Amino acid sequence: MMSKFILITGRTAKQGEALHKGKDSDEYRQATGFVEMSRPDRERLGVEEGRHVRVRTAFGEAELELRENDLPEGMIFVPMGPVANALIGSETRGTGMPDSKGLEAEVEPL
Amino acid sequence: MRVENVVCPFCGCLCDDIVAEVEDNRITAVKEVCSSGRSFFLNARTEATRPTVDGKEVEWPEGIDAAARILTDSACPLIYGLSSTASEAQRKAVALADVLGASIDSTSSVCHGPTTIGIQNQGEPTCTLGEIKHRADLVVFWGCNPAEAHMRHFARYSVSARGKLTPQGRRDRTVVVVDVRPTASSRKADFFLQVRPGSDYEVLTALRALLKDETLDVTDVGGVSVAQLADLLERMKGCRFGVIFFGMGVTQTGGKHLNIAELLALVAELNAYTRFTAMAMRGHGNVAGADCVLTWQTGYPFAVNFARGYPQYNPGEFTAVDMLGRQEADAALIIASDPIAHFPRRAADQLRRIPTIVLDPEVNLTAQEAQVVLPTAIYGVSAAGTAYRMDNVPLPLKRVVDSPQPTDEQVLDWIIERVKTCSA
Amino acid sequence: MLGIINGEVYDPQNGINGQVRDIWIEDGKTVSGESVDRAGAEIIDAAGLVVMPGGVDIHSHIVGAKVNAGRKFRPEDHRDHVRSRTAVTRSGSGYTVPSTFLTGYGYAEMGYTTVMEAATAPLVARHTHEELEDTPMLDKGAFITMGNNHFIMKCIRDGQREKARHYVAWLLGATKGYAIKIVNPGGVENWKWGQNVGELDDEVIGFGVTPRQIITTLAWINDELGLPHLPHIHGINLGQSGNARTTVETIEALEGRRAHFCHLQFLSYGGEPGKRVRSGAAELARAVNEHPNITVDIGQVIFGEATTMTSDGPLQYRLHRLTGNKWLNDDVEGETGGGVVPIQYKRSNPINAVQWLIGLELFLLIDDPWRVFLTTDHPNAGPFFCYPQVIKLLMDRDYRAEMLLGIHRRARRSALLAELDREYSLYEIAIVTRAGTARALGLRNKGHLGVGADADVTIYRKLDDKEAMFTEPYLVLKDGQIVVRDGRIVREHQGRTLYVAPPYDPGIEADLRTHFEECYTISFDNYPVAPEYLSRSEVIPCA
Repeated sequence: MMSKFILITGRTAKQGEALHKGKDSDEYRQATGFVEMSRPDRERLGVEEGRHVRVRTAFGEAELELRENDLPEGMIFVPMGPVANALIGSETRGTGMPDSKGLEAEVEPL
Repeated sequence: MRVENVVCPFCGCLCDDIVAEVEDNRITAVKEVCSSGRSFFLNARTEATRPTVDGKEVEWPEGIDAAARILTDSACPLIYGLSSTASEAQRKAVALADVLGASIDSTSSVCHGPTTIGIQNQGEPTCTLGEIKHRADLVVFWGCNPAEAHMRHFARYSVSARGKLTPQGRRDRTVVVVDVRPTASSRKADFFLQVRPGSDYEVLTALRALLKDETLDVTDVGGVSVAQLADLLERMKGCRFGVIFFGMGVTQTGGKHLNIAELLALVAELNAYTRFTAMAMRGHGNVAGADCVLTWQTGYPFAVNFARGYPQYNPGEFTAVDMLGRQEADAALIIASDPIAHFPRRAADQLRRIPTIVLDPEVNLTAQEAQVVLPTAIYGVSAAGTAYRMDNVPLPLKRVVDSPQPTDEQVLDWIIERVKTCSA
Repeated sequence: MLGIINGEVYDPQNGINGQVRDIWIEDGKTVSGESVDRAGAEIIDAAGLVVMPGGVDIHSHIVGAKVNAGRKFRPEDHRDHVRSRTAVTRSGSGYTVPSTFLTGYGYAEMGYTTVMEAATAPLVARHTHEELEDTPMLDKGAFITMGNNHFIMKCIRDGQREKARHYVAWLLGATKGYAIKIVNPGGVENWKWGQNVGELDDEVIGFGVTPRQIITTLAWINDELGLPHLPHIHGINLGQSGNARTTVETIEALEGRRAHFCHLQFLSYGGEPGKRVRSGAAELARAVNEHPNITVDIGQVIFGEATTMTSDGPLQYRLHRLTGNKWLNDDVEGETGGGVVPIQYKRSNPINAVQWLIGLELFLLIDDPWRVFLTTDHPNAGPFFCYPQVIKLLMDRDYRAEMLLGIHRRARRSALLAELDREYSLYEIAIVTRAGTARALGLRNKGHLGVGADADVTIYRKLDDKEAMFTEPYLVLKDGQIVVRDGRIVREHQGRTLYVAPPYDPGIEADLRTHFEECYTISFDNYPVAPEYLSRSEVIPCA
């Protein structure tokens, strides 16, 4: 069962901290390898916190640990990092800036 | 040994009140830092490392030679990164690009490049951070989350900081956050306007229309009620000194530079009523410096190309994600940045395909896949240099501990020299 | 050892007016012909050529935060004015806001060897020095803006001008600056409240001091410290109709103390405030003629593109509202502010036409060429590349008359310029572009070719068209090395940053630390510019 969402990526304090421990460190993987959504969305999806889901956009997909957070319904958040970048395209529409926020994404339980 | 007034080079805040304890050439403790800054200083390494070529350790001359040959053999080299190195090195990077006829771009292109484009269209009423601290009684954070990304910003500059006209700090200010979702920053605000993703442009245009006393024939714009917008506008017009701090929430979505142009136009128009300013929340510690250096040396702040012998500027053509995504760059020199970690997959894949040289203190993800890795000292830890804060105030980064590693500036000098002899 | 022989020398500081003289150079300085071993010398035969000291520009906006912000936001300025790299030069771009390498090469190729950056905010002086390092060929310095400085205004308020004096001395050394710059004193601070000043006795909000007090205190300090240059003043009401009155009042307020008024053209507007601009050149020229303690530079308008950039925050906002052009503003904590707005000067615009007239009228009505200097307030009134055009206008009254025909009819009809026949001689041009400016700057080794001078020499072909003559010198020497040949760089050269370091009472440090904690968002220890930022420098002594 798939659900459609708007994907937002961004910095977090933990990602900024873990970055200095090395991007192949466990801390960094933990700090960047998750996706957040609201409780109503998570319940509709039928997946428990801590389990993994597949997030897919037009540009790629990734398997991420699901967490709950205070987000508007229909929105998911993934911290910036190598995992998030699998989901972002390189088309910049002449600006140099890829679309990194507000992408359409699908989420399915694994 | 205690070292005071150390400048933390990690983010655009460039806090310069850090105190470091140093024992046996190691930083054992740091005070007055945020968690990212602490992590930066305490994880900084100073042991000797040698360059590697195709994974094998080599001496410096061989590493430089390999780098120079990759660059001179290439038809379309790209120099990228620069945001975590000092201006002294950034200046050399531009010199190298000039000699090579290369493209040179900084992390601005995936960060506040759209802001620069917006400023080029619209101008920018801005100020230094001290003006905010002393005067600002209305502080708006639009599409940014300083509580997570610029963690001492509130305390040092913008929310709880106590200034001449803001002696009570937080109580003397009204704080507004505009974002698509609640964040650690919005929880500290007096008002939170939640906008629908991709609709900042409409919201900003609506505010400008209301400022011109237009009547809107809708009840909400981008998920925000017109009543809320009208209220925000009255606060903006009526404040003593206002500011909009803005970030990736408006540079990375929807209209991108058009969002910024609207935001800047609104701020300029507010100056007919009161003093109002805008400031980009620069992410990396010296990305503002990269903009400054490229501008003073070439005329243009990012997306620069020297193939014709003189500088040309074109975002979308010479920006790194585009040059890599379209597979145009056939060699890359990455300085103080980790694009394999931060670029869209398609662009990162090109870096894996082409010969890549990395200058960085860390063996980051890009370095792990690069042909030539040149490990350098850490500016602000084991090398002195200059960095520019988000408001373009330049600060002196200190050498707190010693390291046998050369600086980015030194390595680039060696590469330039070698490239010149290779070409001769 | 190098000799420039048989040239027609114009060295006004030494009274040489076109006589044939030989100039001998050794180790970067001019030396007496007597001590010379001519057999071993390299000889440049300058027969039939004009030999002058290298040009010295007393006021130009070439480096630093404001200039760079102007460069960044005007890519349209750069695209059609590019310079390709060569074996000895870097590439660059830009017309009214050229990149740093282009600036250095452009000045040198025009025969200039020393340029003063007109305004640097102390907090960002480090940026100015980084850019000066990337400005090749020239000796250079930076004026430090102080006219809206909180520490100074507090001292004035508290009647503590001695303390202000020590502060200024400390500040000049900390910023590696050359001179005291005053821009719209009090007005830039008031702009932080959305206001300005309009009279010398208006109050500065939050301090209760006046522009008059700021100017006279800084002029007193300048004398006390024995600084080589004079306090360099951008007066109040710049650009506004009727400002000739307050400019003359400001001159009178100095009560005989020496000062320099920059880009006087912008401050010489007659007419009523808020009404049509008229020329106030006659009034200002009279004031300058009657006050021998004053030097001025003109800020001559050049028709075409320009970029206004000053520390005068409220002025820049007004220009934005007037022209509708994009606007940069930057308020600097505790010190100053400023802004940038592109502008176009058009012959067909009656106001621009009057502005153009005023500059030339001032040049022709001020009697003493040792007190009036050639600038375009680059890039505010026009780009420095156009100095040769101004020289031609001053030397050739037929050319002036021809240009006069092309300006807006209304401005032309009432123009005083039509009656002014005076033509500058080569000797006078040498004064207003080098001998006089160097003297006003207190640079004893510049602007002349007497023994001991820095060997900065420009050799021009004698052409009837003075614009062509001054656009492309035959040879330019810097520190005794040939660096330009036929108007092109042949050798790159790194000039020196000139600064002053007057002594101060170290006891002031306690006050400074307190001030920094109260006022700034950077720490006191991180503020001064370390000597390492200046690869080559020279401290110019105070009296």
